[in-house]
Amino acid sequence: MQNFTPYSAFFGGSLIGLSAALLLYLNGRVAGISGMIAGVMNAQKNTQDWRLFFLGGLILSAVLFNLIVPHTQAVYSRSFLLLIISGILVGFGTRLGNGCTSGHAVCGMARLSIRSIAATITFMGMAILTVFITRHLLGISQ
Amino acid sequence: MTKNIAGLFCGILFGLGLTISQMNNPDKVLAFLDVRGEWDASLAFVMAGALITLATLQHFILKRQKPLCDAEFHLPKPNNPIDKRLILGAMIFGIGWGLVGFCPGAVLAAFGDGKIEPFLFTLALGAGMMLFDWFDKAK
Repeated sequence: MQNFTPYSAFFGGSLIGLSAALLLYLNGRVAGISGMIAGVMNAQKNTQDWRLFFLGGLILSAVLFNLIVPHTQAVYSRSFLLLIISGILVGFGTRLGNGCTSGHAVCGMARLSIRSIAATITFMGMAILTVFITRHLLGISQ
Repeated sequence: MTKNIAGLFCGILFGLGLTISQMNNPDKVLAFLDVRGEWDASLAFVMAGALITLATLQHFILKRQKPLCDAEFHLPKPNNPIDKRLILGAMIFGIGWGLVGFCPGAVLAAFGDGKIEPFLFTLALGAGMMLFDWFDKAK
Protein backbone atom coordinates (compact mmCIF):
# COMPACT_ATOMS: atom_id res chain seq x y z
CA MET A 1 0.00 0.00 0.00
CA GLN A 2 2.27 2.79 -1.24
CA ASN A 3 -0.27 5.59 -1.29
CA PHE A 4 -2.25 4.77 1.82
CA THR A 5 -3.21 8.01 3.62
CA PRO A 6 -5.25 6.99 6.68
CA TYR A 7 -5.06 10.26 8.67
CA SER A 8 -6.07 12.69 5.93
CA ALA A 9 -8.70 10.17 4.80
CA PHE A 10 -10.24 9.93 8.28
CA PHE A 11 -10.08 13.70 8.81
CA GLY A 12 -11.57 14.46 5.40
CA GLY A 13 -14.25 11.85 5.99
CA SER A 14 -15.10 13.46 9.34
CA LEU A 15 -15.60 16.82 7.57
CA ILE A 16 -17.99 15.11 5.15
CA GLY A 17 -19.88 13.64 8.12
CA LEU A 18 -19.93 17.06 9.83
CA SER A 19 -21.29 18.67 6.66
CA ALA A 20 -24.06 16.05 6.41
CA ALA A 21 -24.91 16.49 10.11
CA LEU A 22 -25.09 20.30 9.78
CA LEU A 23 -27.29 20.07 6.69
CA LEU A 24 -29.65 17.80 8.65
CA TYR A 25 -29.58 20.13 11.68
CA LEU A 26 -30.13 23.34 9.68
CA ASN A 27 -32.24 22.36 6.66
CA GLY A 28 -33.47 18.92 7.71
CA ARG A 29 -32.09 17.46 4.48
CA VAL A 30 -30.06 14.40 3.47
CA ALA A 31 -26.69 15.28 1.91
CA GLY A 32 -27.13 13.20 -1.25
CA ILE A 33 -25.23 14.76 -4.13
CA SER A 34 -26.91 12.89 -7.01
CA GLY A 35 -30.31 13.90 -5.65
CA MET A 36 -29.19 17.54 -5.42
CA ILE A 37 -27.91 17.54 -9.02
CA ALA A 38 -31.22 16.06 -10.22
CA GLY A 39 -33.10 18.62 -8.09
CA VAL A 40 -31.18 21.53 -9.61
CA MET A 41 -31.69 20.17 -13.15
CA ASN A 42 -35.44 19.76 -12.66
CA ALA A 43 -35.97 22.98 -10.70
CA GLN A 44 -38.62 25.48 -11.75
CA LYS A 45 -37.36 28.73 -13.23
CA ASN A 46 -36.44 31.52 -10.80
CA THR A 47 -36.70 29.36 -7.72
CA GLN A 48 -33.81 29.87 -5.37
CA ASP A 49 -32.71 26.51 -4.22
CA TRP A 50 -30.37 25.60 -1.33
CA ARG A 51 -29.20 22.67 -3.50
CA LEU A 52 -27.59 25.01 -6.01
CA PHE A 53 -25.77 26.78 -3.16
CA PHE A 54 -24.56 23.48 -1.70
CA LEU A 55 -23.18 22.29 -5.05
CA GLY A 56 -21.67 25.72 -5.72
CA GLY A 57 -19.99 25.69 -2.29
CA LEU A 58 -18.64 22.20 -2.92
CA ILE A 59 -17.02 23.24 -6.22
CA LEU A 60 -15.82 26.56 -4.81
CA SER A 61 -14.02 25.03 -1.82
CA ALA A 62 -12.30 22.40 -3.97
CA VAL A 63 -11.14 25.03 -6.48
CA LEU A 64 -9.90 27.38 -3.72
CA PHE A 65 -8.13 24.56 -1.89
CA ASN A 66 -6.15 23.69 -5.01
CA LEU A 67 -5.27 27.36 -5.56
CA ILE A 68 -4.19 28.02 -1.97
CA VAL A 69 -2.42 24.76 -1.13
CA PRO A 70 0.19 24.06 -3.83
CA HIS A 71 0.89 20.65 -5.39
CA THR A 72 -2.44 19.15 -4.40
CA GLN A 73 -3.85 18.80 -7.91
CA ALA A 74 -4.31 15.19 -8.86
CA VAL A 75 -2.58 13.79 -11.93
CA TYR A 76 -4.74 11.38 -13.94
CA SER A 77 -6.12 10.96 -17.42
CA ARG A 78 -9.11 9.12 -18.85
CA SER A 79 -10.27 8.40 -22.37
CA PHE A 80 -13.18 10.60 -23.46
CA LEU A 81 -15.24 7.60 -24.56
CA LEU A 82 -14.83 5.96 -21.14
CA LEU A 83 -15.77 9.23 -19.38
CA ILE A 84 -18.96 9.57 -21.40
CA ILE A 85 -20.06 5.95 -20.92
CA SER A 86 -19.22 6.08 -17.21
CA GLY A 87 -20.98 9.43 -16.69
CA ILE A 88 -24.18 8.24 -18.36
CA LEU A 89 -24.18 5.02 -16.28
CA VAL A 90 -23.57 6.95 -13.03
CA GLY A 91 -26.30 9.50 -13.86
CA PHE A 92 -28.86 6.87 -14.87
CA GLY A 93 -28.00 4.42 -12.09
CA THR A 94 -28.08 6.95 -9.25
CA ARG A 95 -31.55 8.16 -10.32
CA LEU A 96 -32.93 4.63 -10.69
CA GLY A 97 -31.37 3.56 -7.39
CA ASN A 98 -32.22 6.83 -5.61
CA GLY A 99 -28.74 7.76 -4.47
CA CYS A 100 -24.99 7.51 -4.74
CA THR A 101 -22.00 7.25 -2.42
CA SER A 102 -23.06 10.26 -0.32
CA GLY A 103 -26.79 9.55 -0.05
CA HIS A 104 -26.59 5.77 0.45
CA ALA A 105 -23.07 4.93 1.70
CA VAL A 106 -22.78 7.87 4.12
CA CYS A 107 -26.21 9.30 5.05
CA GLY A 108 -28.28 6.14 4.60
CA MET A 109 -25.80 3.83 6.30
CA ALA A 110 -25.49 6.25 9.24
CA ARG A 111 -29.27 5.88 9.70
CA LEU A 112 -28.88 2.08 9.35
CA SER A 113 -31.36 2.14 6.44
CA ILE A 114 -31.66 -1.38 5.00
CA ARG A 115 -32.18 0.06 1.50
CA SER A 116 -28.97 2.07 1.72
CA ILE A 117 -26.98 -0.85 3.14
CA ALA A 118 -28.23 -3.08 0.29
CA ALA A 119 -27.46 -0.36 -2.30
CA THR A 120 -23.95 0.25 -0.90
CA ILE A 121 -23.04 -3.45 -0.91
CA THR A 122 -24.39 -3.71 -4.48
CA PHE A 123 -22.57 -0.71 -5.99
CA MET A 124 -19.33 -1.42 -4.11
CA GLY A 125 -19.44 -5.03 -5.30
CA MET A 126 -20.18 -4.05 -8.89
CA ALA A 127 -17.45 -1.40 -8.87
CA ILE A 128 -14.87 -3.87 -7.52
CA LEU A 129 -15.97 -6.41 -10.14
CA THR A 130 -15.77 -3.78 -12.91
CA VAL A 131 -12.24 -2.78 -11.90
CA PHE A 132 -11.22 -6.45 -11.73
CA ILE A 133 -12.58 -7.15 -15.22
CA THR A 134 -11.20 -4.00 -16.88
CA ARG A 135 -7.77 -4.05 -15.23
CA HIS A 136 -6.98 -7.71 -14.70
CA LEU A 137 -8.99 -9.58 -17.33
CA LEU A 138 -9.05 -7.07 -20.18
CA GLY A 139 -5.81 -5.34 -19.24
CA ILE A 140 -7.19 -1.80 -19.65
CA SER A 141 -5.49 0.68 -17.33
CA GLN A 142 -7.40 3.93 -16.90
CA MET B 1 -32.29 32.80 2.34
CA THR B 2 -31.01 31.17 5.55
CA LYS B 3 -31.46 27.76 3.90
CA ASN B 4 -29.27 28.90 1.00
CA ILE B 5 -26.52 30.17 3.32
CA ALA B 6 -26.72 26.90 5.25
CA GLY B 7 -26.48 25.00 1.95
CA LEU B 8 -23.46 27.03 0.83
CA PHE B 9 -21.65 26.50 4.14
CA CYS B 10 -22.36 22.75 4.20
CA GLY B 11 -21.28 22.47 0.56
CA ILE B 12 -17.97 24.18 1.34
CA LEU B 13 -17.35 21.75 4.22
CA PHE B 14 -18.28 18.78 2.03
CA GLY B 15 -15.92 19.88 -0.75
CA LEU B 16 -13.13 20.43 1.74
CA GLY B 17 -13.67 16.92 3.11
CA LEU B 18 -13.52 15.38 -0.36
CA THR B 19 -10.40 17.37 -1.27
CA ILE B 20 -8.47 16.70 1.96
CA SER B 21 -9.28 12.98 1.78
CA GLN B 22 -8.31 13.02 -1.94
CA MET B 23 -11.53 11.26 -2.89
CA ASN B 24 -11.73 13.72 -5.80
CA ASN B 25 -8.77 11.83 -7.30
CA PRO B 26 -10.27 8.98 -9.36
CA ASP B 27 -6.95 7.09 -9.30
CA LYS B 28 -7.15 6.90 -5.51
CA VAL B 29 -10.73 5.66 -5.64
CA LEU B 30 -9.81 2.96 -8.18
CA ALA B 31 -6.86 1.96 -6.00
CA PHE B 32 -9.41 1.14 -3.28
CA LEU B 33 -11.69 -0.73 -5.67
CA ASP B 34 -8.77 -2.68 -7.16
CA VAL B 35 -8.45 -5.39 -4.52
CA ARG B 36 -6.04 -7.39 -6.67
CA GLY B 37 -3.65 -4.51 -7.31
CA GLU B 38 -1.67 -2.23 -4.96
CA TRP B 39 -4.61 -1.89 -2.60
CA ASP B 40 -5.15 1.53 -0.99
CA ALA B 41 -7.55 1.31 1.98
CA SER B 42 -7.96 5.11 2.30
CA LEU B 43 -11.59 5.17 1.08
CA ALA B 44 -12.58 2.90 3.97
CA PHE B 45 -11.10 5.45 6.40
CA VAL B 46 -13.08 8.24 4.72
CA MET B 47 -16.24 6.21 5.18
CA ALA B 48 -15.37 5.44 8.80
CA GLY B 49 -14.73 9.12 9.60
CA ALA B 50 -17.94 10.22 7.91
CA LEU B 51 -20.13 7.51 9.45
CA ILE B 52 -18.81 7.91 13.01
CA THR B 53 -19.17 11.71 12.90
CA LEU B 54 -22.60 11.74 11.26
CA ALA B 55 -24.09 8.88 13.32
CA THR B 56 -22.95 10.52 16.57
CA LEU B 57 -24.21 14.04 15.78
CA GLN B 58 -27.40 12.73 14.16
CA HIS B 59 -28.29 10.93 17.38
CA PHE B 60 -28.71 14.35 19.05
CA ILE B 61 -30.09 16.22 16.01
CA LEU B 62 -32.99 13.83 15.44
CA LYS B 63 -34.14 14.26 19.05
CA ARG B 64 -35.27 17.76 18.05
CA GLN B 65 -38.83 18.36 16.81
CA LYS B 66 -37.63 20.06 13.65
CA PRO B 67 -34.49 21.43 11.98
CA LEU B 68 -33.39 25.02 12.66
CA CYS B 69 -34.37 26.54 9.28
CA ASP B 70 -37.26 24.32 8.17
CA ALA B 71 -40.60 23.07 9.49
CA GLU B 72 -39.71 19.37 9.37
CA PHE B 73 -37.00 16.80 8.70
CA HIS B 74 -37.06 15.47 5.13
CA LEU B 75 -35.95 11.87 5.55
CA PRO B 76 -36.93 8.81 3.50
CA LYS B 77 -39.45 6.56 5.30
CA PRO B 78 -37.44 4.12 7.47
CA ASN B 79 -39.18 0.93 6.41
CA ASN B 80 -39.26 1.27 2.63
CA PRO B 81 -38.55 -2.18 1.13
CA ILE B 82 -35.58 -3.15 -1.03
CA ASP B 83 -36.88 -3.36 -4.60
CA LYS B 84 -35.66 -4.13 -8.12
CA ARG B 85 -35.17 -0.48 -9.02
CA LEU B 86 -32.85 0.08 -6.05
CA ILE B 87 -30.65 -2.94 -6.80
CA LEU B 88 -30.60 -2.45 -10.57
CA GLY B 89 -29.82 1.26 -10.15
CA ALA B 90 -27.01 0.49 -7.68
CA MET B 91 -25.59 -2.10 -10.11
CA ILE B 92 -25.56 0.39 -13.01
CA PHE B 93 -24.01 3.08 -10.80
CA GLY B 94 -21.37 0.60 -9.58
CA ILE B 95 -20.31 -0.28 -13.13
CA GLY B 96 -20.01 3.40 -14.06
CA TRP B 97 -18.10 4.20 -10.86
CA GLY B 98 -15.66 1.33 -11.43
CA LEU B 99 -14.98 2.36 -15.05
CA VAL B 100 -13.52 5.78 -14.18
CA GLY B 101 -13.52 6.33 -10.41
CA PHE B 102 -15.78 9.39 -10.30
CA CYS B 103 -18.99 9.54 -8.27
CA PRO B 104 -21.31 12.59 -8.33
CA GLY B 105 -19.79 14.40 -5.32
CA ALA B 106 -16.16 13.58 -6.08
CA VAL B 107 -16.36 14.77 -9.68
CA LEU B 108 -17.58 18.23 -8.62
CA ALA B 109 -14.68 18.48 -6.17
CA ALA B 110 -12.34 17.59 -9.08
CA PHE B 111 -13.25 20.81 -10.96
CA GLY B 112 -10.24 22.45 -9.29
CA ASP B 113 -7.81 20.14 -11.10
CA GLY B 114 -7.97 22.31 -14.21
CA LYS B 115 -8.59 19.27 -16.39
CA ILE B 116 -11.25 18.51 -18.99
CA GLU B 117 -12.16 15.09 -17.52
CA PRO B 118 -14.43 16.26 -14.66
CA PHE B 119 -16.41 18.58 -16.96
CA LEU B 120 -16.96 15.92 -19.60
CA PHE B 121 -18.00 13.38 -16.98
CA THR B 122 -20.44 15.85 -15.39
CA LEU B 123 -22.06 16.58 -18.77
CA ALA B 124 -22.49 12.84 -19.36
CA LEU B 125 -23.84 12.46 -15.82
CA GLY B 126 -26.49 15.10 -16.54
CA ALA B 127 -27.33 13.34 -19.80
CA GLY B 128 -27.70 10.03 -17.94
CA MET B 129 -30.13 11.66 -15.50
CA MET B 130 -32.15 13.17 -18.36
CA LEU B 131 -32.19 9.78 -20.04
CA PHE B 132 -33.58 8.30 -16.83
CA ASP B 133 -36.34 10.95 -16.59
CA TRP B 134 -37.32 10.26 -20.19
CA PHE B 135 -37.22 6.51 -19.67
CA ASP B 136 -39.20 6.76 -16.42
CA LYS B 137 -41.93 8.93 -18.00
CA ALA B 138 -42.22 6.65 -21.03
CA LYS B 139 -42.99 3.66 -18.82
